[in-house]
Amino acid sequence: MPDPVTGDEVTGDGSQVTGLGATRADSNGAPNPLDTPYRQREESISLSRMEAPISGTQVEQESELFTINMGPHHPATHGVLRLLLTLDGEMVREMLPIIGYVHTGIEKSCEDQSYWKVIPFVERMDYLSYYFNAMAYCTAVETLLEEEVPPRAQYLRVIHMELNRIASHLFWLGTSILDLGAMSMIFYALREREIILDLFEMSSGQRLHPRYFQVGGVMEDIPPGFEGKVREFLTIMPERLDQYEALLDRNEIFLQRMKGVAVVSREDLLGLGVTGPLLRATGDPWDLRKAAPYSSYDHFDFKIPVGTVGDHYDRYRVRMAEMRESLHIIEQALDGLPEGPWITDNRKIALPPRHELATSMEATIHHFKLVTEGFRVAPGEVYSAIESPRGELGCYVLADGSSKPARVHIRDPSFSNLQSLKLMGEGSLIADLIASIAMLDPILGGIDR
Amino acid sequence: MPDATGLELIAREVRERVADDAVVGATLAHGQAMLEVRPETIVNVLSYLKHDAAEPFDFLASLHGCDYLPEEPRLGVHYQLLNRVRVERLGVKVRTTVEEPEIPSVVDLYLGANFQKRKVFDFFGVIFTGHPDLRRTHMPEDYEGHPQRRDFPIGGEPVLFTFNEHEGPYRDA
Repeated sequence: MPDPVTGDEVTGDGSQVTGLGATRADSNGAPNPLDTPYRQREESISLSRMEAPISGTQVEQESELFTINMGPHHPATHGVLRLLLTLDGEMVREMLPIIGYVHTGIEKSCEDQSYWKVIPFVERMDYLSYYFNAMAYCTAVETLLEEEVPPRAQYLRVIHMELNRIASHLFWLGTSILDLGAMSMIFYALREREIILDLFEMSSGQRLHPRYFQVGGVMEDIPPGFEGKVREFLTIMPERLDQYEALLDRNEIFLQRMKGVAVVSREDLLGLGVTGPLLRATGDPWDLRKAAPYSSYDHFDFKIPVGTVGDHYDRYRVRMAEMRESLHIIEQALDGLPEGPWITDNRKIALPPRHELATSMEATIHHFKLVTEGFRVAPGEVYSAIESPRGELGCYVLADGSSKPARVHIRDPSFSNLQSLKLMGEGSLIADLIASIAMLDPILGGIDR
Repeated sequence: MPDATGLELIAREVRERVADDAVVGATLAHGQAMLEVRPETIVNVLSYLKHDAAEPFDFLASLHGCDYLPEEPRLGVHYQLLNRVRVERLGVKVRTTVEEPEIPSVVDLYLGANFQKRKVFDFFGVIFTGHPDLRRTHMPEDYEGHPQRRDFPIGGEPVLFTFNEHEGPYRDA
């Protein structure tokens, strides 16, 4: 009776006589492995041989190509990504990503909003890194207006963006490890993400899509007690990161799924326009926060974690290290938080403070004009880019002189990075493809818009 | 970003190396350099900027389209190039008409332009001649029209619920 998996002959009592069963009992009187203690047997098992293709058996002769849809409603596709897979047994021979299932026309809707009303729209694109979307858009409009952002606002933006980067990476960590079959990690990761969302709620009133960044600064100053809460988070988070690493970095199954899997070279990634942790995992220290500092990033001392090989393990390590660097940046930003206004005092762009409305006629007029029409932007076009948790997040704004943008385009890193999935996935096992999607960390809301 | 002198040097080099009339205009606004070239020359210009320029722009950060209504020619395609050594960005743009929206494809030069070109085709109807796989990315395959053009109305697509699904274009499907 052939074994359905290995094709080896199995005798009636279930013990194998040929093939892979080197440690199994055979008829020559070798020791029965069941006699050895369980822990010792476990050490002798090597998972690597299971990945080798089965040759010379009936399975290969009967194999044929099989086309199957993975998604759009597949829990491991991190949204509604549809992959048209051509399978040869468990091997992925060809892969075609199909997107557009959550296309909501945000870019088109932005053209019908005044400039300050666009912010909530762009925040909903990449729904895990909303602060970054708002930042990319606000910097583009500020460049068009040639408006300076006060130093305190720049620091507050950095604090919120780095908190958001940690929250985004935590969500990636939880869901990715879940895809690999480890259940508990998502509970730990979301527990810490909850602390960050509470902080967002404290500063802006919203946990997701806070609309905290405004053109010219931020909506409000941070409330009393916010700094203390952030510092509390800064003390517990490194310990929690140690705990995650203790759970994962010595987990044999996790390491086998990560190390040496889906290696893509630096040149291939650059050719495809891939940025962010995927590119840094190949050893390329490209990070816009360092290369072209914006929003006072040049004031802070931080490192750019890079990998060496460019496999899944490097991608995982790079993101874990980035969380620690983000903590370091937040700490410095809190220490050096400058006093002063948190939004520009240009009344043509930013709303006047509430107390002025009762006493100043001019403030009332400005308030009325801004709320009803919004500010106008002189004709021009800019492209401004920042470093989001997934790579270069660019925003192109075309102004035609009215109070509504003529075009808002977001260069979403997930959209460009998705092109590298073909290189990672084709020729790999279908289980490794799941890991590749997880390590790619695409956000379909950002891809489809 | 290249400064005014740098941009002028790049424009002169392009004129010398590609064609005399390749460059339509070079603008520096808000600290950002933008080179406008004629659509026929875009492959040669980008090839020069990527391979032969003294400071090559070898990374295509973004490719996106826009609609300059009411100006003519209406449609624009932007190539945001990046020199990662000097950390300089250069925008290259081409303009084309709605009537003949054809631009040569540069997907051989920049593989990463593949998806972004398909998106520009999807939303603006710009046809990239020579593109290996020019299909819609976001809108349904049988969709008619290019929704990001400025003359495409917002709300032009009916929202279908059970009570009005017979009004939709796909009711026989």
